[in-house]
Amino acid sequence: MEKVWQEPGDSRRHLLMERSVAGRVGCSLPGLDVPEQPMPSAGLLREELRLPEVTEPEVVRYFTLLSQLNFSVDTHFYPLGSCTMKYNPKVGEAVASLPGFAQLHPRQPDATTQGALELMHRLQTSLADITGMTGVSLAPMAGAHGELAGTLMVRAYHHSRGEAHRKKVLVPDSAHGTNPASAAMGGFHVVAIPSDRQGNMDLEALRKEATADLAGMMFTLPNTLGLFDPNVAEICDIVHQAGGMVYCDGANMNALLGRVKLGELGFDVAHLNLHKTFSTPHGGGGPGAGPVCAGPTLSPFLPSPVVLKEGSRHKLGRPPKSIGKLGGFHGNFGVLVRALAYISLLGGQGMREISLNAVINANYLLSRLKDVYHLPYDRRCMHEVVLCARNQRAVGVKGLDVAKRLLDYGFHAPTMYFPLIVEEALMVEPTETESRETLDAFIQALREIDREARENPDLVRGAPHSTPISRLDEATAARHPDLRWRAQEQ
Amino acid sequence: MTTPSDRRYTREHEWVLLENGGRALAGITHHAQDQLGDIVYLDLPKPGTPLKQSQKLGEVESVKAVSDIYSPVSGEVVEVNAEVVAHPEVVNQDPYGRGWLLRVAISDRAELEGLLSADEYDHLVAKQGH
Amino acid sequence: MLRAIGVASAEELFQDIPQRFRNPPLRLPSPLSELELRQEMEALAERDLYPGKYASFLGAGAYRHFIPAVVWAIASRGEFLTSYTPYQPEVSQGTLQVAYEFQSAVCELLGMEAANAGMYDGPTALAEAALMACRVTHRYRVAVLDTVSPTYREVLETYARGQEIEVRQVPQKAVRLDAETACLVAQHPNFFGYLEELDALSVAAHKAGALLVTSVDPTAMGLFKPPGAFGADIATAEGQPLGIPLSFGGPYVGLFASRQEHLRQMPGRIVGRTRDGQGRTGYVLTLQTREQHIRRERATSNICTSEALVALACTVYVAALGKQGMQRVAELCYHKAHYAASEIAKLPGYSLPLSGTFFQEFVVRCPSPPAKVNEHLLERRIIGGLDVSDQVPQGMLLCVTEMNSRKEIDALVSALAEVKG
Repeated sequence: MEKVWQEPGDSRRHLLMERSVAGRVGCSLPGLDVPEQPMPSAGLLREELRLPEVTEPEVVRYFTLLSQLNFSVDTHFYPLGSCTMKYNPKVGEAVASLPGFAQLHPRQPDATTQGALELMHRLQTSLADITGMTGVSLAPMAGAHGELAGTLMVRAYHHSRGEAHRKKVLVPDSAHGTNPASAAMGGFHVVAIPSDRQGNMDLEALRKEATADLAGMMFTLPNTLGLFDPNVAEICDIVHQAGGMVYCDGANMNALLGRVKLGELGFDVAHLNLHKTFSTPHGGGGPGAGPVCAGPTLSPFLPSPVVLKEGSRHKLGRPPKSIGKLGGFHGNFGVLVRALAYISLLGGQGMREISLNAVINANYLLSRLKDVYHLPYDRRCMHEVVLCARNQRAVGVKGLDVAKRLLDYGFHAPTMYFPLIVEEALMVEPTETESRETLDAFIQALREIDREARENPDLVRGAPHSTPISRLDEATAARHPDLRWRAQEQ
Repeated sequence: MTTPSDRRYTREHEWVLLENGGRALAGITHHAQDQLGDIVYLDLPKPGTPLKQSQKLGEVESVKAVSDIYSPVSGEVVEVNAEVVAHPEVVNQDPYGRGWLLRVAISDRAELEGLLSADEYDHLVAKQGH
Repeated sequence: MLRAIGVASAEELFQDIPQRFRNPPLRLPSPLSELELRQEMEALAERDLYPGKYASFLGAGAYRHFIPAVVWAIASRGEFLTSYTPYQPEVSQGTLQVAYEFQSAVCELLGMEAANAGMYDGPTALAEAALMACRVTHRYRVAVLDTVSPTYREVLETYARGQEIEVRQVPQKAVRLDAETACLVAQHPNFFGYLEELDALSVAAHKAGALLVTSVDPTAMGLFKPPGAFGADIATAEGQPLGIPLSFGGPYVGLFASRQEHLRQMPGRIVGRTRDGQGRTGYVLTLQTREQHIRRERATSNICTSEALVALACTVYVAALGKQGMQRVAELCYHKAHYAASEIAKLPGYSLPLSGTFFQEFVVRCPSPPAKVNEHLLERRIIGGLDVSDQVPQGMLLCVTEMNSRKEIDALVSALAEVKG
C-alpha cells in the first residue's frame, strides 16, 4: 500500500469544513424558469447552514485520496471469516444502473414496472430453488434485517395458534453474534446451547431445553467454526417435536450452494446475505440485502411485499398473515438486480462450483497452516477455517497481533476473536475467487509471522508498521466521543 | 496489587468500605478492572436511588465488553463519584482509592458479615485461575 | 490442492452432509455469458416506464433530484465499493473518515448534536428512533401523528410489535399525551407535503415527559429550520434525496441523530476521531458496547450491515452542492412546486384542500378519481401523483422538484385540464 499519509500535520486529510472557502460550489444548477413565488414567514426559514464550500476538483481529489486508504476486494485478499469477501463481477454494476431500473420510482403503478417486478420474481424463484423453500420475500435490507423478519414471523406464528407463551429461543454458542439481539427484537429471551468436543451441537443440552415454552431455534449452518453439523436434521426434529420453529442463519450459504437444500433438512425459515453469497459488493458496510425464505408453515407470515405472478403479469402483493412492512418500499432493489445477474451468469452448475472451490480453498489453508497455528477442532472444514493463535500466545504474541501484522504483508486480517468459544480465534474465509498463488502467498505470510513471533515478538506486537496509521487509541475514542466536525475548532 | 484488608468484598468483584455515620463507599476490585481492560464508561444510579444487596445497580463498560455491577449492600445512593464519571480511567488507575463509584447510606450493617474478607477474596480469585 | 488436503476427491469434503440430502437437483437455468446477460437485463429494463422517459410528479417518500456526476464517480470506486465494514481501522481510514464526514453533515442538516453512520432507510430510522425513545424514557407507548406517512407508520408498528410497544395514532389537530407516552412522532414536512408546527409539538411532548421524534426531508433542510431548532430529541430522515437514484425503492439510507445525552441509547455504527500511538489523527468504530456483537440480547438494535456506500454518496452530494447548492435546490423545488400548485388550483374542478406551508409536495383535489386522472396523464406521457383518496377525498399527492422544467409543469396542467368531472 502506498504511503499516502506521512506526517502528523499532513493537510491532505483535512476535513471538508477545514477546506471550505466561502463562495465555492462543487456543481452547477440551473436558474429558476417559473415566476418566483411568495416565501413563507421568516420564522420557518433557516438562518444558518454550515456546509462545506468546495469546488468539484477539490471534492474529487479529497475523496479519491480517502479511497486509497482502504483495503478492498478489488485491491487486496480479504479473508474475513463469515463475510464472504469474494470478487464482485463488474457487470452487476452495469446492469443495476440501467435507466429502466435505476430511475424507476417505487410507487409507480405495477403496469409501468413489469420489467422490475419480473426480475424480482425470477430472483424469488431462484432463491426458493437454491434453499428448497416455498416462499421468499426480498424486503429485508441486510442479514440482521432478515433475522428480525424471521423472529417476527415465528412470533406471529405462535400468536396465531394461541401460543403466545412460547418465549424461549435457543441459540447455539457457535451461532452468529447477531442472533441473540435479533431474537430480543422479536420479543424472545435467549438460551445458549453449548457445542460438543467435535464442534457440533450438544444434543443432550438441546433435549433438556426442548420444553413447552420453546418458540424456536436460530441455527447457523455451517456454524461459525466452519463446520457442518451432521445432526442437523435430527436437531430440526427435536425442535419441531417441542412445537418450535427452526431458523437458519444463511450467512454461510457459500459452503452449501447446490450441495444441500435448507428446506429439505427441516428448516422453517432462513435468510440469505446477497452481499456475501451472491456477490453484491459490500460497500464498506452496506447496502446489503437479506431475503427471507420460508417453508410452507411460515410462508403466510412473510414480510410485505412479495411479487406475485398472475398469467404473464406481475404485481406486488401481501402474504395472507404477513408481519407487515419492514422498510419503505420493496427492499434494496439495486442489490437484487446484481444478485440475479450473478446467479444468471453461473446457473445451476455454477452454484455447485462456487461451493466446491470455496470449500477446497478453505481446506487447503487448513492443511497448510495447522502445523503452525493450532486447529481447535481437528476435522475438515467447509468454506472457512477457524485457527487459533495459542502457540503464538505462548511466546507473548496475541491473535490480534498476528492479524495486525498481516496488514503489513498486504493481506486483510481474518475475523478476530470469534467465535467466542475459541480462544485467540482467527477465522479465515478465502472464498472461491482466490487463486492458488494468492493462497500460497497468504500461507507464506502467516508462517513468516509465526517465525517473527518467536524471533522478534516486538515487531509483531507493534504492527502494523506500513499502514497510513498505526493502532488507534480506542479507549479515548469511547471515553470522550468526538463524532463530528465542530465550528469552535476553527 | 495487595487487596486492602479494611473493607469487604463480593463474589462478583465489588468492594464496600464502611465510613462514619452509617455510610459506606462502594467500588469494583483491582481484579475486576484488570479483567475489563480500559474502562470507558460507567452507568451508575442517581443519588436517592434505593439499593438492594446482590441486585444490579449499574454497568461498567470497556472498549469491547460490558459488565453488570451488583450492589454489595442494601441502602440508598448518597453520592456518585463525579471524577470517575468524567474520567473512567481513574477506576483502572486506583480502584480502591480515587476510583470509588458510590457513597451509600447503608440500611443493614449485618449484611457486611456475609461478605468476603480480603484473604477470602484473594483465595476466590486465585481459585478462578487468574 | 486435493493432494495437499489429503482427499482423493472433492466430494469427500462434503461428507458431513448426510447422503440423502447431498447434491439435490437445481432447476436454475443454464449459465449466461456476460453479453447474453446484458441483453436479457436490458430487455427487462426496457419494459419499464420510468421518470426521465416520462415526466414524473410522483414523490411520497422517494424523490427525483439532480445527481451530479461526481457523486457516483466517487461512490463507484472499487476501494469504497468492495471493502467490508471497517473492523481494521488501519486499512479502512477511507471508509471511516467518510463516515465521520457523513455524521458531521447529518448533524448540521438536522440541527442535532450527535449522529450515527446511517440506518437502512427513512422509515426504519424513524422506527428505531421510537424504540430508542422507549429505552430513554422507560415508557412503552408511542404516539404517532396521523399526518405521518402510512408506510412509516406501518414499519414502526412492525418494529414495535416484537417488543410489545403500543403505537397510538393521534390526530394532528388535537395532540394529547398521557404519562405513559415515550415519544411523539412527527414528519416534517408531513406525508402531504406540509410543515408541522414543530414548536407546539415540542412543547406538548416535553410537557408530558415524552421525547419529540421527527422524520424530515433533507432537501427541505436547505431552506427550512431543522428539527433541532424546535427542540427535537431524536431526528431522522430518508437520505435518498441526497444524490441517490430512485432505484425502485432502494438501496437508500436512513439519517439518524439525537441529543448528546442520549448517545448511549443510539442504534447503529458510530465513528469517532482519535489518535494513534504516534499522535496521528485517525478514525475508528466507537461506542461499540451498544451493539449486537457485544451486548447481544441487550443491544440497542440488531443492525450491523447498513448502507455505508449510500451514506458515502450522500456525503459527496452534500460536499459537491455545498452550502449554496443545498439552498439553491431547496429554493428551486419550493418555487416550482408552488407555481404548479397555483396553476392547478386555477383549473375548474381542481382545488388545494389543505392549508399551511408546503415545500415540494401538495395535495390536489381532482374532479374525478385520481386513479382515472393518472391513467389519462400516462397517455400524455406523464407519471402523475400518488392517489391518496383514502385519506383526502379525490386527493392526489403531487411532487415537483428541480427536475421538472416549466415545460413539463405546463404540460401537466394542460393534461389535468383535459380531465372533466
